[in-house]
Amino acid sequence: MRVFVGVKRAVDYAAKVRIQADKKAVDISNVKMAINPFCEIAVEEAVRLKEKKVAEEVVAVSIGPKQAQEVIRQALAMGADRGIHVTTDMRVDQELQPLAVAKIMAALTGEHDPSAWLLGKQAIDDDSNQVAQMLAGLLDWPQATFASEVEVSEDKKSATVTREIDGGLQTIEVPLPAVISADLRLNEPRYATLPNIMKAKKKKIDTVDAASLGVDLAGQIEVLEVSEPATREAGSKVEDVDALLAKLKADGLL
Amino acid sequence: MASTSAAGSDITGFTRELFMGRLNSKFMHPFPEPKEEDLETLKMLVDPFSKFMENENDAAKNDRECAVDEAVKESLKPMGAYGMMTPEEYGGVGLDHTGYARLVEVVGAHDLGLGIHLGASQSIGYKGIVLYGNKEQKEKYLPKLASGEHVAAFCLTEDGSGSDAQSIKTRAVPADDGSGDFILNGGKIWISNGGLAEVFTVFAQTPQPDGKDKMTAFIVERGFGGITNGAPEKKMGINCSNTTTLNFDDTRVPAANVLGEVGGGFKVAMGILNQGRFGMGGALTGTMKTCMKYAAAHAAERTQFGKKIGEFEMIQGKLAGMATRLYATESLAYAIAGNMDRGVTDFQMEAACGKVFSSECAWWVADETLQILGGLGFMREYPIERIVRDLRIFRIFEGSSEILRLFVALYGVKAAGDDLKPLQKALKNPLANLGAIVGPAVSIARARIGAPEKPSLDFAPAQLRPAADVVEDCAARLGAATRELLLKHGKGIVDRQLPLERAASAAMEITAATAAIARATRAVSRSTDTAALEVSLANGFALEAGQRVRALIRDMTPSSEAGTTIDPLRRDIAKSVIAAGEYPARHPLGF
Repeated sequence: MRVFVGVKRAVDYAAKVRIQADKKAVDISNVKMAINPFCEIAVEEAVRLKEKKVAEEVVAVSIGPKQAQEVIRQALAMGADRGIHVTTDMRVDQELQPLAVAKIMAALTGEHDPSAWLLGKQAIDDDSNQVAQMLAGLLDWPQATFASEVEVSEDKKSATVTREIDGGLQTIEVPLPAVISADLRLNEPRYATLPNIMKAKKKKIDTVDAASLGVDLAGQIEVLEVSEPATREAGSKVEDVDALLAKLKADGLL
Repeated sequence: MASTSAAGSDITGFTRELFMGRLNSKFMHPFPEPKEEDLETLKMLVDPFSKFMENENDAAKNDRECAVDEAVKESLKPMGAYGMMTPEEYGGVGLDHTGYARLVEVVGAHDLGLGIHLGASQSIGYKGIVLYGNKEQKEKYLPKLASGEHVAAFCLTEDGSGSDAQSIKTRAVPADDGSGDFILNGGKIWISNGGLAEVFTVFAQTPQPDGKDKMTAFIVERGFGGITNGAPEKKMGINCSNTTTLNFDDTRVPAANVLGEVGGGFKVAMGILNQGRFGMGGALTGTMKTCMKYAAAHAAERTQFGKKIGEFEMIQGKLAGMATRLYATESLAYAIAGNMDRGVTDFQMEAACGKVFSSECAWWVADETLQILGGLGFMREYPIERIVRDLRIFRIFEGSSEILRLFVALYGVKAAGDDLKPLQKALKNPLANLGAIVGPAVSIARARIGAPEKPSLDFAPAQLRPAADVVEDCAARLGAATRELLLKHGKGIVDRQLPLERAASAAMEITAATAAIARATRAVSRSTDTAALEVSLANGFALEAGQRVRALIRDMTPSSEAGTTIDPLRRDIAKSVIAAGEYPARHPLGF
């Protein structure tokens, strides 16, 4: 089976972000970018499926500007076989929105015939958590979101997926092809090794212009304003526990 | 990435020229850098490697337990950390010098002891096989060494032989069965990885046809027999690296395991050390950046007398001194690595400067960090005390600061002497060679009255003129002072270590300052976001270094107060100390 994995290039989780002067977006001109952590988990899962000989081919797909190739290379270094780079100059953290991403992925699906899409459940830049669901809808495939465990049946016709839901764990079975989105505890991604990064340079990345796929890329949502979280107010010190309780009560917190 | 081009092969070294009052700016400017695609690859390598070091390696635990955690070592093997520069065809990562410097910077930022464990294997332990091994030796040894399945050790130092490497006593004599094998006997001390290594690069005296001994390098496997190592030494720092004695008792080494040529061992040893030295600048840059983080955070957070201590000028002075030294060290480290990558072969003096400069700046930076942190810095919960302990050895091993200063000064002085030869020859027969005398003599005279032929860093943009002016002035002064020293002492200069020490220190500072200027020049020409800051760092370093260098050069000349009075005094005092075997003065109370 062939597994497609989505890899998004997002602001690094540890980076300190600033807002653009026009307050319309985060300033990403000089910020450290990295593979979206949930996408990294999806890549790891796909590579493990390959190592278990369940998947024959793992294809890493990223949509974005030239630098999106960096995260594809990272997926290749982790063990993906080849990459597809869908090029667009739209900002993927807000201009190119989940529905358009899902449409691009649906268009690629028709052409490449994967047995599954493995996606991160959400990206840490826009926190949308919509692409997997929309893609399943567009393809009319079953969806298994927030996966914390994935087991593909021996005949590769279905997958048993454990989902993290509010009340605990839910185990479902979905026929393949399906869309699966990875939650935080699905696995711990490996560190790409230096030799594998060197080898990844030689793996193939195909480039497709997003505009050539015949899908509507226009956004459905307009960003009105982006603002920084309120800064934390200074705390105050109290003498003892009694004073603490009194203060909490006075502030209506107890 | 190991795309060594021949483009730079005609570029000669920078530091030697300084002793003749010249600035060979081609070495530094344009500041060497990898090709765009190599940079992209390197960027990809740095990220996971940094995350691994950050999340998986616990330097404090390694230090406490005096060993690198086994799980970390196991993870580092597939990571490629044991064979970063080993060619890909032998299973290594195949990095160039710049790439290696950048990755060991990551190691140096986290754990110098681990850095020594890794470096002792690849940077010196089996570097000889990469540099001088034949095809069979490379095929046999490199794959297992690059993968970390085996580690290597470099075995030169002996009980009676440290800086004077030629004096080793370990001997390898041809076996009397006519097999061509060698029988190795002797003892080595302070061998990094000595207790862990499977493969050793061993230096031993071998008898020559003329009856004299000459050094030969051998690849020795632990399995050859007769090899024992002592218990791990208890050390001040780099505790997780394994350091032991090593004994060879009738170890039979096949003829095929001679590394390089029989009798060519000294050249092999120096080649390995010269080639490996550049990495230290990279590693220590990382260490200094870690120190800066702690110092900056503490300066911003700690309140005393109602102010953040970073608002006080004394702390600001320290932070600025740390940042400028770091900038100079980093610039020099990457200038050297970049030149090695573009095929420059004349980098030995610069690499020696880089080793001394980086180890001394790192020591200074760590010490100032500890001072800024005050009592906290002294506590085990903070990493600074460990970093200080770990750093101390860097001024001693792989060529001590003293021996490398002599190396730099003597090569510099020799070049200046060769430059003066026509003059000296002419002086022997002055009447016949009037023309030959007049030229140099005039320039010497000019140098004496402070108007030498002006060396130039004409590439520096206006913002960096303050730094460039200092470097130009210092280079001219060093050239003039070296000539004066030579004319006074002639060949006797080799024994005048005090002025030589000053000359080397001056040359090192000028070399580092020029690297900083060249790098800041690039930042200005590209209008990078930190260009203005880099200009300040380069100017700040050069101006401060200039003050030190002018004092050093002033004290270099035979007619100076240092030359006429202070140095003779120091020599006499030292003689008294040695003669007494202790502090020689009478107690102020008389008992």
